Amino acid sequence: MKTLLSIKNLFAGIGAKEILKGVNMNIGSKEMHVIMGPNGSGKSTLANVLMGNPKFSHLSGEIIFRNKNIKSESPDKRAAMGLFLAFQYPREISGVALNRFLFLAYSKLKSGKDKKYKQISVFEFQEKLQEEMKKLKINSELTSRGINEGFSGGEKKKAEMLQLGILDPEMAILDETDSGLDVDALKIVAEAINRFSKKNKAVLLVTHYQRLLKYLNPNFIHVMIDGKIVQSGGPELVKKIEKEGYGNFLNG
Amino acid sequence: MPKHKRHKIQDVILGSSTIKEAWENKNPAPYLAGSKKGLDEDLVRFISKEKNEPQWMLEHRLASLKLFYTIPLPQWGPDLRKLNLEQITYYAKAVDRQSQDWKDVPQDIKKTFDRLGIPEAEQKVLAGVGAQYESTVIYHNLKKQFRDQGVIFEDLDVALHEYPDLVKQYFMKCVSPALHKFAALHGAVWSGGTFLYIPKGVKVDMPLQAYFRMNAAGMGQFEHTLIIIEESGVGHYIEGCSAPRYGVDSLHAGCVEVFVKDNAHFRYSSIESWSKDAYNLNTKRAIVGRDAHMEWVGGNFGSAITMLYPCSVLAGIGASADHLGLAFANKGQKQDTGAKVIHIASNTSSKIQMKSISKNGGISIYRGLLDVRSGAENVVSNINCDALILDDISQSQTVPEMKIANQSATVAHEASAGKINEDDIFYLCSRGLAPEEAATMIVNGFINPIAKELPLEYALEMNRMIELEMEGSVG
Repeated sequence: MKTLLSIKNLFAGIGAKEILKGVNMNIGSKEMHVIMGPNGSGKSTLANVLMGNPKFSHLSGEIIFRNKNIKSESPDKRAAMGLFLAFQYPREISGVALNRFLFLAYSKLKSGKDKKYKQISVFEFQEKLQEEMKKLKINSELTSRGINEGFSGGEKKKAEMLQLGILDPEMAILDETDSGLDVDALKIVAEAINRFSKKNKAVLLVTHYQRLLKYLNPNFIHVMIDGKIVQSGGPELVKKIEKEGYGNFLNG
Repeated sequence: MPKHKRHKIQDVILGSSTIKEAWENKNPAPYLAGSKKGLDEDLVRFISKEKNEPQWMLEHRLASLKLFYTIPLPQWGPDLRKLNLEQITYYAKAVDRQSQDWKDVPQDIKKTFDRLGIPEAEQKVLAGVGAQYESTVIYHNLKKQFRDQGVIFEDLDVALHEYPDLVKQYFMKCVSPALHKFAALHGAVWSGGTFLYIPKGVKVDMPLQAYFRMNAAGMGQFEHTLIIIEESGVGHYIEGCSAPRYGVDSLHAGCVEVFVKDNAHFRYSSIESWSKDAYNLNTKRAIVGRDAHMEWVGGNFGSAITMLYPCSVLAGIGASADHLGLAFANKGQKQDTGAKVIHIASNTSSKIQMKSISKNGGISIYRGLLDVRSGAENVVSNINCDALILDDISQSQTVPEMKIANQSATVAHEASAGKINEDDIFYLCSRGLAPEEAATMIVNGFINPIAKELPLEYALEMNRMIELEMEGSVG
């Protein structure tokens, strides 16, 4: 299978603190990978560094996405190349309506990808949006509010899945997308991830818990401890973690 | 867009010296040939004679001139000592101005108008060319709809002749020439402007716009707006100038007077964007009657120094006022704006919401006065100021003054100042927006509470102005 994303000996930190200490990973274009690990192991940092969050510094190593080292590319360039990050804590941006913002982002990404793309009308876009919202059981009033403005925790996470569905990238990085969800919302989010994955897209899911995983069929599980991947394997690793916790990995 | 081009457009918007020179070289301002700089009694008499004004108006002008000589410059706020009052052209005949031709307008300026999405007819007006014709057309359309109900919407110079008693009864009775030095100056040299009269009980349900006319009046820098809403009348007046002006004069001392009678509702909206070398020293004031309501909605872009504090005098029991304002201070600009509310009567209420944006060394100052008089019982006032500071070299200040002479008043004041959150920028960029687009979007979100109070086309224009101001803001 073709490698879509290749992370080579990646280091990164914030201020003087080193967080990622040499991460290596390859993700194929149709694969679903899961990174698990205890709090503070560097999972979220990895997700953010992959998307180009400027908050993190001292970067070294390589991030090869679609045969290009994107380590120094800006987040918007990475988005244009087909990378997407669903945030652990989606930002609330008041006064900017979610539907307007999404229409702009959608038009921009589409026309950047396909020179012949003909802009769809606001009306057509609204229909597309409604359809996606129905699948996610999102209240239709929500998208005319400011981005995530006054959304509940669950609504925010669903809104991230809405953006994923609309923007339709090549690879989704999902940062703790399961946190703060009740069982019903968890299922809805899992379905959205599966829909995306079934379009032969790549997924990198970062999670602390395994509860989302019983609805998904990941190909690979990686365990991250202290800024490094300490073990990789198939879905069976989840069971091991469930039984033993991260303690054994810590000692290993 | 390549960087050099962006700067060029920016320069046009900023009215920088290069573009200004190009403009002046190409268009040597023939209408100024017969005009003179500086101010004296002869000029004031000349203006009045040119306009064929009644004797009382001449006397008003001369009395105002005397006040102008005696009142000192304000001893507070921005430094006005650089403003050379001897170098100002106080009056130029608008008729001569129209000899300019649209085809002489520099390409760059036309392009800027295009970017702002202003139709060609309006562009011509804004460039100071061929104004009269288009404005007359617009004007009559409005008249047709409301004339039957007795609404008067006229050029103030015209109204002075057609409705002399009405004008005399109200003219500068709300803003006295003795109020401050520039009100006095205005009283002496005012020219052009709008007269709006809504009779008792008449509800004008669409905004009356003075987009064209304000500019059509020629120089328009001392324009006077006189608005009277009779009992239970309803109206909304909006004036906008969302394109830069290329006047040679650099002082704008306009005046807006609004009389809102008992039970009437009125909203005054404006978007001002003077060229960035101008002093915008504008006076706006409303007297609000019993159970009447006044709303001020304003956006201030442009000008080097702005001093503008729309004022509501709540004179009738149960009167209320809303002040909504936005100021954008870019490089070299001081936006000293705010609101004044004077609670004279009982059970009056006021709400003030101000937003400011400072960028590239710009300074935004909120200056407010809340004045609750001793006889005013149960006054309620809410003041809210939010400042967005886009970089480390820009500033924001808040100077709220409160004089509360009645202990039954309930007053709340909230102020916040902050920067654009980097995490917000990253969030929007991760969806494909360039950093500048993301910042612009956040700023537009910040001003949304004000933009949403404007009619759609003005709100869109305001968003476009923000986009232009935000160019080159990141990286």
